[in-house]
Amino acid sequence: MALRFEVLGRFNRARAAQLTLPHFVCQTPLFMPVGTQGTIKGLATDQLEEIGCQIILGNTYHLALRPTSELIDELGGLHKFMNWPRALLTDSGGFQMSPVDGKPMLLTPEESIQIQNRIGADIIMALDDVVKTTITGPRIEEAMYRTLRWIDRCIAAHKRPHDQNLFGIVQGGLDPVLRDICVRGLVDRNLPGYAIGGLAGGEDKDSFWRVVAQCTATLPEDKPRYVMGVGYPLDIVVCSALGADMYDCVYPTRTARFGTALVPEGVLKLKHRAMAEDTRPIDPTCACMVCKNYTRAYIHSLVTKDSKGSQLLSFHNLYYMMQLSRNLHSSIVQGKFPEFVCNFLQKMVKCVMV
Amino acid sequence: MKFVVKAWSNGGARAGILHLGTSTIDTPSLLLSTRKGLPHFISPDLLSCLPAPESRLLHVSPLHFLEGLSMKTISKIGGLHQLLGLHDHCFVAVPRDSIQCLPEANSTNKIGASFETPCGRLLIKPVEYMEMISSTRPELWATLADEVPAWVSDKRNKTSVDRTIKWLDECISISPASGAVFGAIVGGSSLEERRRCAQEVATRNVSGYWVGGLGLGESMDERPALLNAVIEALPEEKPRLICGLGLPEEILQGIAAGVDIFESTYIYHLTLGGFALTFPLDRTEINASNLVPSDVGSDPRKINLRATVFRKDTTPIVEGCTCYTCRNHTRAYINHLLNVHEMLAQILLEIHNTHHFLGFFRLIRDAINAGRFEEFRREFVQRWR
Repeated sequence: MALRFEVLGRFNRARAAQLTLPHFVCQTPLFMPVGTQGTIKGLATDQLEEIGCQIILGNTYHLALRPTSELIDELGGLHKFMNWPRALLTDSGGFQMSPVDGKPMLLTPEESIQIQNRIGADIIMALDDVVKTTITGPRIEEAMYRTLRWIDRCIAAHKRPHDQNLFGIVQGGLDPVLRDICVRGLVDRNLPGYAIGGLAGGEDKDSFWRVVAQCTATLPEDKPRYVMGVGYPLDIVVCSALGADMYDCVYPTRTARFGTALVPEGVLKLKHRAMAEDTRPIDPTCACMVCKNYTRAYIHSLVTKDSKGSQLLSFHNLYYMMQLSRNLHSSIVQGKFPEFVCNFLQKMVKCVMV
Repeated sequence: MKFVVKAWSNGGARAGILHLGTSTIDTPSLLLSTRKGLPHFISPDLLSCLPAPESRLLHVSPLHFLEGLSMKTISKIGGLHQLLGLHDHCFVAVPRDSIQCLPEANSTNKIGASFETPCGRLLIKPVEYMEMISSTRPELWATLADEVPAWVSDKRNKTSVDRTIKWLDECISISPASGAVFGAIVGGSSLEERRRCAQEVATRNVSGYWVGGLGLGESMDERPALLNAVIEALPEEKPRLICGLGLPEEILQGIAAGVDIFESTYIYHLTLGGFALTFPLDRTEINASNLVPSDVGSDPRKINLRATVFRKDTTPIVEGCTCYTCRNHTRAYINHLLNVHEMLAQILLEIHNTHHFLGFFRLIRDAINAGRFEEFRREFVQRWR
């Protein structure tokens, strides 16, 4: 185990904690931006620090393809390669199986862990067998048991438990019985942390939060819980209330590239014609350099044609997500979590688009 | 605006000081090229990592804003400084932008100047241009010109001079209270017309001169004579600005003729191509007789970071370079970013290339101040032939 997880405050099931990783001391709940290929689109490491990013996600599959994990290892690991002084997390590489270069790829648990060992992230993910939550039938059970068999292979293959934390991933679709078996199986292996996988793939919200609630109720209190692929600010607030600590999603940066900004009221579509005359900042309550310096009108003129627009929107959207993380942490620590959540919901449900 | 010539070297070349807005800039100096007021790739919050005050002069083409933003809205916001959140910088507005707003001489007529832009072909009348100037409020702006390429007929060329002078007078009469005006001088590749235009413009009440219509097809060999024909007719104490001279040798040519401010697209094209400038900025290395062997093929002034030879190169682009890119990242990382088509590659390259090219200008100014510009120019051209 190469981490320390210390709960600093609680409200019902929600908790604020300090997560000490080899490269950085983090505060949870936290959002992790996705830097697929060793960079977050259009942002330099100085800016990521300015925004307050604590952990960045790297995609094992993409990095194994280019520039290859061997090269990253030879040059001293991904932290050194990117010059990112804070924490990194790599996924197993199993999720993006559709090949970029047309070649079918068979990834074994051993290979996944070997690649991740070479990349050198603070947290690495076990290879799991993921199925869509919209699927029914015996495939879900098969995937869950396979995930449990693979966790043992991952643990055996892991050469760097002293400086890389292997997280297990709970599968089982929307079936509470299967989820329960999986949780118990993973907890038996006494891993540094646990992820709740297989969600954020099209299931309805009622099923989604029920699975999260069940998992957080049965996963150990003293270890971090990571809900993979989440996501929308509302989902993060709900999952935090249910006792989850870590999240990742491409949403903030992807939606920036379509000209959409995240705001307390929901989203703001900068490509909309009405924005051309709007001389207000994207979010008057936001302290980021984009909101402090630029009007909606100017950004509108950028997003319709230039990549410069998406660069500025990515900056703002990530700042928004990190500010949300900071607010979740501090409101729990200060005993003001319910007020924060009520405030958050009030602003969001008042209108859909400004 | 205030301009003072401080030193001369070998005839035409001069070093000066330009007071513009809140900045004091040493000349000869470089205008950084922008798109809608911001650098092409560098994020605005990273601009402060470039050397100041040399990096504070930004070239802006007001035509960029016609796409998606009304002049009324820009006015309401308060002009370029408010619009772009850049309060320490100075904006120099020239209608032409050598990358994306190129003059379309065939469509220009007596009503206005035509430009080929990303939103199609636009015809800009002097009164429309002046509306853009008064809304954007740059510290310095050039009058609207009819720029023609080198191969037009004598008749067309003569018309372009007459029109440019007429538009200059129109622009000045509509001129806003603030902002220094540079008179545009054209004349194609005719020495006579160039001289005629310069003599006319020299009689107008302007703060400086924009030598237009170059970098549009004339050869480097033709240029010195054309530049001299223009400069000879202009008063010494007013600054001269030129667009479209990109390469270092062309800049040196312009300086030798007496130009003070340059807009160049060199950095942009280098960056797009994945190139990084590496020629030494240390005088002693330039004097050394033995050439430093290059990593890749023929051009030792720059490297192409896409080349596979850099895959594992953990050195910075230039050892000892103090730019953000060289202080923080390696050739290997930039090579990877280029291979996976990540925008960060261009951002890092634009930072380094700008830093390096500004260093080149500093060397030039040092040489002029020491009275050895011609020697410097000769050595530089010889070295990198």
